[in-house]
Amino acid sequence: MARNKKAIPEINAGSMADIAFLLLIFYLVTTTMDTDKGINRMLPPYDEELIEDPPPIKERNIFTVLVNSSDQLLVEDDYLQISELRAKAMEFIDNNGDGSCEYCEGYNISTSSDNPDKAVVSLQNDRGTSYGMYVKVQNELVAAYEDLRERFAQEKYGRSYRSMDDEADADILKEIKLAYPQKISEAEPLNIGG
Amino acid sequence: MAVIKKKKEKSIPAVNTSALPDIVFMLLFFFMVATVMREVDLKVKVSKPKATEIQKLERKSLVTYIYAGEPNPRYQEKFGRSPRIQLNDAFASLDDIQPFVLQEREQKSEEDAKMMTMSIKADKTVKMGLIADIKLQLRKAQALKINYSSDQPKNVEALYTSDY
Repeated sequence: MARNKKAIPEINAGSMADIAFLLLIFYLVTTTMDTDKGINRMLPPYDEELIEDPPPIKERNIFTVLVNSSDQLLVEDDYLQISELRAKAMEFIDNNGDGSCEYCEGYNISTSSDNPDKAVVSLQNDRGTSYGMYVKVQNELVAAYEDLRERFAQEKYGRSYRSMDDEADADILKEIKLAYPQKISEAEPLNIGG
Repeated sequence: MAVIKKKKEKSIPAVNTSALPDIVFMLLFFFMVATVMREVDLKVKVSKPKATEIQKLERKSLVTYIYAGEPNPRYQEKFGRSPRIQLNDAFASLDDIQPFVLQEREQKSEEDAKMMTMSIKADKTVKMGLIADIKLQLRKAQALKINYSSDQPKNVEALYTSDY
């Protein structure tokens, strides 16, 4: 009887911390924390034969961006710095040459785009262009569209486009994207001085 | 006096460490939740370009990676210093990309295969010629959704002033 009354000896938990540390170190070594981020793009489908007659686009509706092998920019036949590219692209997309775009604030310049729907940004780089520069140019062009969409969202809905939820605001997002459709076309890279 | 002296001679009681496992377990769970398994051993040097208009890749299972960059110093003797492509754990050539994409696509369910994203993790000094070749191969393999892996710059102004 006396034996039964005796308390069960406590389990020695002294090495518990060691075991936990071991697991912790294992996880520290084998895992990474970096989340993957980047610029999303869609590639055009591959076609064996080149399209004979590409749909005609008026010269004024094309915004040409050329990058050479020394990472220099030529935008609409002008030498430009990367810091000026975004404003220049926004000016072009937002030009509203034919007056059909009610929310545009462009200058109606006759040599710039008709409306955001018709405006196409054409990007061509050299095979010697660095990838860093290419991503920077892509980034500025995407940013130009994003900034215009942001302005449109602020004016029409008084809300920030960037903070909208993909599911809850699906209709609004669709409308904004339709107002400023992102049309960035990429040509095959040139091979001059690669 | 005598009483005090006696107290001083007594040994210091051991620090109570019974809560230590709890603390360590807490850390362990944090790391288990917040991190992901490292998938490949990088054999090429990748210093990602900087960009501001970046989006998170939400579902890891949909993402397939293509690495491009200068081989690490210990592989340079064998592979040289010109930028190379790495698929999974090995160096690869351009011709390996199409079979690789097909193989990756087969491993995914039908719905996921449509959503598959190719993440191009390339060093910012890599020339566009190589990237253009990779892109052509991806187009041929019908993997059209791509992502240029980049980092958010700490200082946005530096994006325009520094070389990269």
